[in-house]
Amino acid sequence: MLQNSPCCDIIIRTIKVYLFEGRSTATAFIQGRNVCKMGFLNNLINGISLGSIYAVIALGYTLVYGIAKMLNFAHGDIIMVGGYVIFYSMTSFQINPYISVLIAVIACTVLGIVIEKIAYKPLRQATSLSVLITAIGVSYFLQNSALLLFGEKPVNFTSVVNIPSISLFDGQIVITGETIVAIIISILIVVGLSLFIKKTKSGRAMLAVSEDKDAAQLMGININRTISLTFAIGAGLAAIAGALLCSAYPTLQNTTGAMPGIKAFVAAVFGGIGSVPGAMIGGILIGVIEILGRAYISPQLSDAIVFAVLILVLIVKPTGILGKKVREKV
Amino acid sequence: MSNKTTLAKARMLKPQTKQSFTTYIMVIAAFVIMMVLSSTGNVSSQIEGLLVPLCVYSILAVSLNLTVGILGELSLGQAGFMCVGAYSSALFSIATNESITVAWIRFPLAILVGGICAAVFGILIGIPVLRLRGDYLAIVTLAFGEIIKNVFAALYVGIDSNGLHIALNQADMNLAEDGTEIIRGALGVKGVPQDSTFVIGFVLLMITLIISYNFINSRTGRAVKAIRDNAIAAESVGLNITKYKLITFALTAFLAGLAGALYSHNYATLQAAKFDYNMSILILVFVVLGGIGNIRGSVIAAIVLTLLPEVLRSINNYRMLIYSIVLIVMMICTSNEKARNLIISVLNWLKDQIIKLKNMIIKPKTKEVK
Repeated sequence: MLQNSPCCDIIIRTIKVYLFEGRSTATAFIQGRNVCKMGFLNNLINGISLGSIYAVIALGYTLVYGIAKMLNFAHGDIIMVGGYVIFYSMTSFQINPYISVLIAVIACTVLGIVIEKIAYKPLRQATSLSVLITAIGVSYFLQNSALLLFGEKPVNFTSVVNIPSISLFDGQIVITGETIVAIIISILIVVGLSLFIKKTKSGRAMLAVSEDKDAAQLMGININRTISLTFAIGAGLAAIAGALLCSAYPTLQNTTGAMPGIKAFVAAVFGGIGSVPGAMIGGILIGVIEILGRAYISPQLSDAIVFAVLILVLIVKPTGILGKKVREKV
Repeated sequence: MSNKTTLAKARMLKPQTKQSFTTYIMVIAAFVIMMVLSSTGNVSSQIEGLLVPLCVYSILAVSLNLTVGILGELSLGQAGFMCVGAYSSALFSIATNESITVAWIRFPLAILVGGICAAVFGILIGIPVLRLRGDYLAIVTLAFGEIIKNVFAALYVGIDSNGLHIALNQADMNLAEDGTEIIRGALGVKGVPQDSTFVIGFVLLMITLIISYNFINSRTGRAVKAIRDNAIAAESVGLNITKYKLITFALTAFLAGLAGALYSHNYATLQAAKFDYNMSILILVFVVLGGIGNIRGSVIAAIVLTLLPEVLRSINNYRMLIYSIVLIVMMICTSNEKARNLIISVLNWLKDQIIKLKNMIIKPKTKEVK
């Protein structure tokens, strides 16, 4: 799926065309660049598709962080749970792929609410260190439960997407069905979520809680219900992201959710944590950076490149692209 | 003054001194007992094999407790520093294998090299990263742990008559005829001299404890604790937050590097894949279970949690699951008012039962006297 053509290939191809086919330097360069450009476009499209998946995951992070002011480490592992639910309902119970996704969304929503009630609610007044450690505990719990329940062998996931791929330019650019679905669904989700937050009562309650929890409570907003709703939405989105991720990258094991979860957090921070359009922008940028880094710099160091981006962002502009600067009050 | 007994003098010591010396004595006593048991052949080979890892994990737990308990910041990259210490010390040992043949000169030098390399990494990473707090710092240290592991797993290092060759691909190394590959990417290092012994591990642990306790009870330690308790107030009093965070971070990394060096010389092969996220979490569990900020607790927790899985082989599969539940339960019980009150009431109930039992035993005597 990924084409590996480093940038120095342009120079090599240019030289080859110039020397062996005797074309002029300009034509040689254009030809060399065209071949590379196709590879670049393919990588760009893959990057945008991966980025859309990261955007959906980042939305969950950003919602929870903005409203409950905590980092839900377990978010990535809910993706993994969603993936397993879809896999088992499709293979063991032979259920239609779309209904499997629905079942996964419901299951993950319930899981998100349960986690919030058991692990995060007792710690609402605790220090952020305690909350972090608890979140790590939950994430670890999910990973190891999955390991015990489903075994350590990676399962081969059959894609839930039935749309055929589009082939352009004589097969030099291939846009898979999964890519199209990922991009469309992420756009729908972002638009839907923005409308939900701005227009509906529950959505505006979420905004109020994220601005000032105590004032919101004084205004009659039920904090517990709002925070539970936030976690529920985040977990539901994670289930959809799980469906998309596992369709595009078909192996699934208990650690599948961890890395995308971390990278989606990087995306959320990049775009400005607490901001819904920021999550979308951050997600797509991180996806593109990762795929281009993997293609043109080094496959092993692609993770390192993404994290280096995070560190740069946190040093240069800690609030992210679309984030607001929050003054710390004493 | 001179006619006061030693016991009275001991009671006059500061509580910090009492605490640290109790820990030293406990560790020395445990070491002596272990040495006696193993020399008389009463220790199973299973536990013999665990003695050096025990020391390694204790040192790691103490070092992480410096960052988590004293500085108050969550660092999830301990495994990365351990990896740096392990690889650099292994590299040093192999490179000087011919030149320094005496193990007890070469090994301490290798350990020192490992610690210093890890400390350098700690400072390099700390400079950009320690301005962050809380969640961001945790994620970034996690990221660095993963980056370090990935880089070492992709590294190819060889030595020949021209010097040291470092490359990212096997093909790019271009070793001369007489060269040997030391680090071979994901396959790691082979042929590390197995110099680690329980005695050296114990010595390192004692050094770690002495450094840690003296750091905590010093002026720097108090500054760090002030930053932990209220960073803004500390800054307003004139403490340079970044400087103290950097010092703590570098010290943590140094100790983790020592542990890594000890770890790498315990086995003949060394692979980067072992120093992953799971190991960082394991050390965090030791720290949390032993008590955040409690050095003695982290040593005890490290020892107990390393020995226990070997003793309870049957539940070894569920070990990680139990650890995660322990993390969650510990955090809820220490932070949540209701849970804490519940535990306090349970403990009070137990105390009452014990007092009642004591009364039932002692009561007949008093009746006789009357």
